[in-house]
Formats: sequence, structure tokens, C-alpha cells
Amino acid sequence: MASAQEVARQIERRDIRNRWLLSAPALLIIFVAAIGPLFVMVAYSFMAKGDYGDVRFGEFSLDGWFSVLFWRDIFDDTIGFADAHLSILWRSIRLSFITTALTLVFGFPTAYFIATRPPHTREVWVFLITIPFWTNLLIRTFAMQEVVRNEGILNSVMIWSGIIDQPVQIMYTDAAILFGMVYVYLPLMVLPLYASMEKLDFRLIEAGYDLYATRARVLWRIIIPLVRPGVIAGSILVFIPSLGAYVIPRVLGGGKNMMLGNLIELQFGAGRNWPLGAAMSITVMLIVMLALLVYVRNATRSGVQHG
Amino acid sequence: MSETAGRNAIDVRGVRKVFGSGDGQVTALETVSVSIRENEFFTLLGPSGCGKTTLLRLIAGFEFPTDGRIMLHGEDIALLPPFRRPVNTVFQSYALFPHMTVAENISFGLEMLGKGRAEIDGRTAEMLKLVQMEELARRKTSEISGGQQQRVALARALAPQPKVLLLDEPLSALDYKLRKEMQIELKQLQHETGITFIFVTHDQEEALTMSDRIAVMSAGRILQIGTPHDIYEHPAERFVAGFIGETNFLDAEVVATAADRATVRLPSGKQIAAGVPEGFEPGARVSLAIRPERAQMAPEDGDGALRGVVENIVYLGTDTHFHLRLDGGDMFIVRQQNSSGSGGSFAVGDRAGIILGDDAAQILKD
Repeated sequence: MASAQEVARQIERRDIRNRWLLSAPALLIIFVAAIGPLFVMVAYSFMAKGDYGDVRFGEFSLDGWFSVLFWRDIFDDTIGFADAHLSILWRSIRLSFITTALTLVFGFPTAYFIATRPPHTREVWVFLITIPFWTNLLIRTFAMQEVVRNEGILNSVMIWSGIIDQPVQIMYTDAAILFGMVYVYLPLMVLPLYASMEKLDFRLIEAGYDLYATRARVLWRIIIPLVRPGVIAGSILVFIPSLGAYVIPRVLGGGKNMMLGNLIELQFGAGRNWPLGAAMSITVMLIVMLALLVYVRNATRSGVQHG
Repeated sequence: MSETAGRNAIDVRGVRKVFGSGDGQVTALETVSVSIRENEFFTLLGPSGCGKTTLLRLIAGFEFPTDGRIMLHGEDIALLPPFRRPVNTVFQSYALFPHMTVAENISFGLEMLGKGRAEIDGRTAEMLKLVQMEELARRKTSEISGGQQQRVALARALAPQPKVLLLDEPLSALDYKLRKEMQIELKQLQHETGITFIFVTHDQEEALTMSDRIAVMSAGRILQIGTPHDIYEHPAERFVAGFIGETNFLDAEVVATAADRATVRLPSGKQIAAGVPEGFEPGARVSLAIRPERAQMAPEDGDGALRGVVENIVYLGTDTHFHLRLDGGDMFIVRQQNSSGSGGSFAVGDRAGIILGDDAAQILKD
């Protein structure tokens, strides 16, 4: 007869086995779909590049990582900084920051507006916000081109209303990329903001007014601290895809105003330098992770301190 | 008008409030006028939907009146935003800021008024002491109990030293024992601070124990304003008599009037004295309100004004309630104190008389 201890041990063993079996599908997806490709990327970044793309398997090389930041002259082998890479990195970070800031500026009042509608009308507004997702990103980007090009809607309206008399060159500038990114990523800011504003207890706002806080102070001291989780989530959701944007800078920025996504694509395409592309991808990923870590830590800590 | 304005903390003059427009229009407040004196504990009492909270929100500034004026110490504040009114509110849900500590909640109003750091800290400490929350000053508001939250809400509203404190059913979320304690504490606090309190409640017992004066409201109108004694003993309308305490209603006919007393004839033919408001002539058909504790059980053959059969006896510890079916068919409740020993013993099914004292009956205008 099994002692109570043995029975307990058996039950525990069975529980552990069941736990592994039940989580197997999830683990499989995580390993195959997320960690697996990442591992391939890391491996490729440490291999020598093939002559027509791809890598030479098994041939260890640090050239890919070296080329992320540095550049070797093909004639005299002098080493210099890869200015083009740095300027593209800087442009990507700058444009992503501005995009995040602009979507926050436009998204905050939008989300507030929706959250203050009667419950059944809110659903309609949220539905309207999601409508752009029904159209392919590429098509939306070309539509944006129609708006910002020299003979486009924006210039036509400005000339017609007499603000300018010559079309302003927006197409193929950073401004065009910003137009596109703010338009495309705005819903990603509005939805999480709305989600946390919907939970906001509006009696707290009344309490703020009652305690002599003006509208601006109610916004800074009460509303923003309380919807901070939404601000953080929205910023992350906008910043990350902005940094990796590919279609928008390609279509609206032309060949001159590349962003990281285009630079990386170039290495896998015309550049035929897969190890460099892989190393760049991982570099971007590390930058994003580091930035998020700092951002989330700061945002939550100041939230605890005084709100 | 102008000299009375100085003595009153709040003057509500002909205020009406309509929500919505067109077909969806709802009148929350019919034209209402009321004066609330300085340093008064004034209660707005009525069932839910009677307009009492709307009136409070109009005074606080969360709503603006459709018509009429609201004067604070003689100055019209009806259209000022809430942050420009020296009036603070204790909310029903407390509405404490969840991202701030107890002390930060209390100092918020003072900060917004632009007070100096020293004054803010001093006043906050004073308030924490007043509501006995010094030890919990650094806690988050989510980490304290309902009763403690209630105190913080009170301290937060009192800290900026408002001219008038508005309380929107602040005790309704507390359990019975705590509610009783807070009633006494609130009354004491009002006495100590000397601030005018306007208290909204649907609980008639709460209103009677705490208030200096009560305004009874129903369907957007104020039916009667008076001291708890006035309201209880001399209800002017059937609604007031029915809403506050238990009341027996009887039909009667006025026989004669003199000053504030009248003689009325009951359907049984007996004549009794009754309190009477102005405007009743002999011959008028009226309703009488009689409090159960103002009636007395008596033997059937005694000189009782009413007669009936005991249908039910409810023992309540200090009191016993006798439910009688009167000969006319109406129900009548008599409350007898168990210590009095009078009235003899009655059993269900017994016939009995009911004696009405000289000031037992009140004529209602309706």
C-alpha cells in the first residue's frame, strides 16, 4: 500500500506532466514562430556573406557586425564610420519620436472625445477609428501620396485658398514620411488611450474642479496620471512599428529618405549583404528593447511618486 | 431682499433645471426657491429622482440652472465654474484621487488655490488630526477602509475652508453602526468648524437626527421647509407625512377653525381637535395625518374616537405596534411603549377603542 507521502509525490508528478502538456502548444508557437527565426538571424549575423546574397554556412565572420557602424575603404583599407548608416539610424529614431509625439497630441483629444460619448455611441466611434485597417497599408500609403504630392489635394487647397502660390515640395521629404506615419499609426495610439480613458472615473474630474483645479490643471494632475498606462501602451505601439517602417518611407520618402526598414531591406536585396542586414536588425531590436526598458521604468516610477 | 442676503449663506431664487431638449426633455427641478442660513446644517430630503442631487450639483457648479439665480452671501454664482466657487463637495462615492496618498488628497485643494508650502502642510496636518487619520497620511486611498475614505473625503473638502460644504449622501455606503457614529461626528464637525453644511439624503432618520432644518423634496419641488420637529409633527402635505415616519391617514370634515387649531368630525361622528394650516374653512373635506405614537389603545366601551378590531400585533422590543381594522374599513396603526403599561392587554381579534390626544391629528393640504 502506498504511503500518503508517495501518493502525494505521484500526484505532484502528474500535475507537473499535465502542466507541460497543456502549455506545449503555446511553447511550440513561441519557439518556432518567435525565438527560432531570431536564432537564425543571430547565426546569420556571424557568418560570412555569400557573393550573390545568402551566407556561407559555417564560415565565421564579424564583418556583418563591423559594417553596422564602420566602413572600410575598398582601395586603401582605411576604416571610417559608416555615416550613411548613422544618419539613417538617427533619422529613424527622430521621425519615430516625432510620430509618437504627434499621434499622442492628436490621439489624446480623440480618445477623450470617444470616452465621453454615451456608451452606445462610443462603439460607433471606435468602429470608425478601425475602418482604415480594412484597407491594405500599401494602398493607403499611395492614397497619402495623392494628398501630399505637388499637384495633390493639400497643395491644391493651399493654392486655391491663397496661402501659397507655388506648390510646396512635401513628397519625398521627411514631412511626407511623417504625414504617412501619423496617419497610419494614429489608431494604434487612440485605441489603448481610449481603453484606459473608458475606465476613468469622471467623478474624479468633477472632484478636481470642485477643489479649485482649472481645466488645464485637471488635465495634468488628474487625467494624465490616471490614463498613464494608456499613454505608455500607445507610445510603445506607435514607436516600434515607426522605427521599423518600410512601406511608408519607401513610397513617400523616395530613395533618398531611407529609414532603418529600407536600409535593412537593402542589405537582403540589392546590397547582397545578409550578415549586415541580420546584424542591423538585431541592433535595432536591442535599441528598441533598451529604450522601452528605460521608458517603462521611468513612466511607472513617476506615476507612483506623485502622479 | 438685500439685507436678508447678508445673513444667508445660500439663496436659491426661482431656479429651474431642464435636462435635454425636444422630446427627451426632462425637468429635474421645477422652479425652486430656498434660503440656507449661515452656519446651518441644512438637509435636502427626498426619494431618489426628486431633484435633491440636482439642486446640490447646481450649487456646486457641476450643472448650470436653466432659469433663476443662486446667491452665495449675496453674490450671484449660478454661472461660475466650480473651481471659482468657495464651495466644496463630499461625493457619494468619495471620488478620492487613487494616484495620490491620503495627505496629497487633502492638500490638493490648497495647492490649487496657490497657498504657500508652509500653509498647505500646516493645514493638511490640522485636517488629518481633525478626522483622526494622522497615522495613515502616507497611505494610498485604495489601502484604507470605507469609513476611513469617508473621513479623507471630508478632510479634503474642509481643508480649503469653504463657505459652504455640500454632502451628497456621504453615509450611504457605510454599514449601520459606522453610519450612526459618523452622523454624530459630522454634526460635531459642523459645530466645530462653523461652516454651513448642505446635506443630501433619502434617509429620513438621518435627516431628523442631524439637521437644523430640512427641505422635503418630491418630483422636482420643495414641499416643506422646517425644523425636524416641524416636519415631523406638522407635515404640511400627505407626501411629507407619509415619507417621514409612519403615519395614519383619515378622512374628516372641518367643523370649526380658530387660529392654528380646528375641530374636525370623523366619519364615526366623533369630533376631535387637529392642527390646521392656513386656508381651511368649516365644511371642508380634509385628510388627517396621525402619528402611531400619538394614538392610544383603549377598551372598546371607553371614550375612544375610533373603534376597530385588532388584526395584528408586532412586538418591537421597546414598542408594540397594534394594527387595527377600523369600522370604516381603513387600517390604523397604534404604537405603544412597552414600559407605559397603559392600554391593557389586547389579543388579535379583540375589539378596541383608540384615544387621540388633543395634538395628535394634523390637517394636510393636498
